[in-house]
Amino acid sequence: MSDIVATNQTILVVGGGISGMTAAIEAAEVGKQVIVIEKRPFIGGRVSQLYKYFPKLCFPTCGLEINQRRINANKNITVVTMAEVTGLVGEAGNYTASVKISPRYVNSNCTACGACGDAVESEFDNEFNYNMDKRKGAYLPYNLAQPQRYVIDPQMIGTDDAQKAKDACKFNAVDLDMQEETIELKAGAVIYATGWRPYDANKIQPYGYDRIKNVITSVEFERMMDPFGPTGGKLVRPSDGAEAKKVAFIQCAGSRDRNYLKHCSRICCMASLKQSTYVSEKYGDDAEVSIYYIDIRAIDRFDDFYQKVQDDKNVTFIKSKVASIVENKANGNPTLHGVDTEGYNRYANEHDLVVLAVGMEPSVDKDTFPIEIKVNDEGFIEHDEANGGVFAAGCSSDALDVNRAVQHATAAALRAIQVVNRVAKAEG
Amino acid sequence: MSTNTGMVEKYRNNFLKEVEANVEEGEWVKMCMQCGVCAGSCPLGSHWAHPPQEIFMMIRAGKRDEVLTSDSMWMCTSCYNCIVRCPRELPITHIMHGLANYAKRLGLTPKSQPTAWFSQVFWDNMMKKGRVNELKLGLSLYFKDGLVSGIKESIKHQKLGMNMMKAKRMSIAELFGGHGVKDISDLQKIIKKAEEIENARIESYGK
Repeated sequence: MSDIVATNQTILVVGGGISGMTAAIEAAEVGKQVIVIEKRPFIGGRVSQLYKYFPKLCFPTCGLEINQRRINANKNITVVTMAEVTGLVGEAGNYTASVKISPRYVNSNCTACGACGDAVESEFDNEFNYNMDKRKGAYLPYNLAQPQRYVIDPQMIGTDDAQKAKDACKFNAVDLDMQEETIELKAGAVIYATGWRPYDANKIQPYGYDRIKNVITSVEFERMMDPFGPTGGKLVRPSDGAEAKKVAFIQCAGSRDRNYLKHCSRICCMASLKQSTYVSEKYGDDAEVSIYYIDIRAIDRFDDFYQKVQDDKNVTFIKSKVASIVENKANGNPTLHGVDTEGYNRYANEHDLVVLAVGMEPSVDKDTFPIEIKVNDEGFIEHDEANGGVFAAGCSSDALDVNRAVQHATAAALRAIQVVNRVAKAEG
Repeated sequence: MSTNTGMVEKYRNNFLKEVEANVEEGEWVKMCMQCGVCAGSCPLGSHWAHPPQEIFMMIRAGKRDEVLTSDSMWMCTSCYNCIVRCPRELPITHIMHGLANYAKRLGLTPKSQPTAWFSQVFWDNMMKKGRVNELKLGLSLYFKDGLVSGIKESIKHQKLGMNMMKAKRMSIAELFGGHGVKDISDLQKIIKKAEEIENARIESYGK
């Protein structure tokens, strides 16, 4: 990896999700040198884990593939996967970043034939599916992963299985002696596109995510719809594999609450409205969806989608923040308790499956940035002159949907371009 | 005043303003976003005619008589579950006590409301000596519904009473006078002054 060329006219993009990819492509396609640092073994981030986009209900794989091709075709972009920025010093126009690259144990000879995956037996939690199933110790993170290159889990190194993977490879792609390395890169501007993570549902104690099997999060629900996902595309209950037809969505699970996340995560209303269509897609008129909400925030053009879901007779809206969930031990059904606001009726409703529409929080903890950077109370990066040549793109700056994240990333690319242009004396 | 704030003032009807001015923590009422977690979390919730969230909405709707003559805020046991769960950190328990207190001051408390009755007995008991006389307080609670039921009630709790005396948690001597603070007149002066300040504030409201 020491062959990466970086100068103080290079733009360093931290994070290779949809925002990082967008910022990189926008800057590279006007001729700037860009290096993308991605922590995971593939680019695409959390968008690659989505089944459908709202409001058009099209498949994210489509747009993601176009962007992957734009990156692969562009000589100005270097993508470094399994890498993290551990240090960053300097000022606008002159940064030095320390980048730690973890060993993949598979080199560029890999053709993704899958022989190593077939050869090994050890299995580990599959983080791509939020640990809902297992994957092999030698694996391709998901079918369309870019780069199309297998990964060997570091937990397997030193075992017989690792040797089996090496022996099975016909292309001499498995290199078990790869070591972690740290490289230093120059950069004129840095774009933080470090994205978001789902709020830890275990912290919302009354909802029992940690103790009731049929209470899951919205991101897990999304993975169930993937034909190659943990359930093979079936909407079923984790407790017994039974069909989940009577599904409840709980909005603001962790968001807009002084006890958890103070901010509105913005995407969850639309995500649940979208996911309500998944239940209909699978079970037609047998679907029985209930959405528990404080208020539905389907702003401007999303209102059309909201109205469409309201017209669906299989979807009920209940204006109430659920107070607690108790499991019916006899059948594993979660029972939702609360009082609704339209009539103040006390309810105890049983459902097959409960989906917590969990909030978005920044994936980087606010005290762990390698350089001093202005963040707000929620840990999102502020747009502040004090940040110099470091700019946030996408969900590192706020809770955003894909559409707005991409717009924001384009703006971040423009800001970064201005910095490197000043270095190149191309503008004042 | 711009049109916008004019509308806001219009919506902040007289009763909401009255609550904000005269009820302890009343200024929080307008912060409620009607999510309903307080009502759902209340262990006595099903016994309330109007759960807290509904009371807040009634205040905002200007339903003065319905709120102040209600039994609901007297049902609060101060378990603080609602305060802990409220996504906006409203001091719901304190608002309930504030409303109860304000309703009592105006003489609107429902007749024979047991919590209201007990609160008054507690207050009177405490104001005599500056300390609560638990023996007298307990007895007045037993004899609340008359002599016959009082004797029945006392016999029922005889063993508990004896044990408490044995453990020196209660003394029969308390029946005659009982213990108190060093100078009760100082305490009474403090309370009197506080009452004067509060009365002046509430009387000046709306003038």
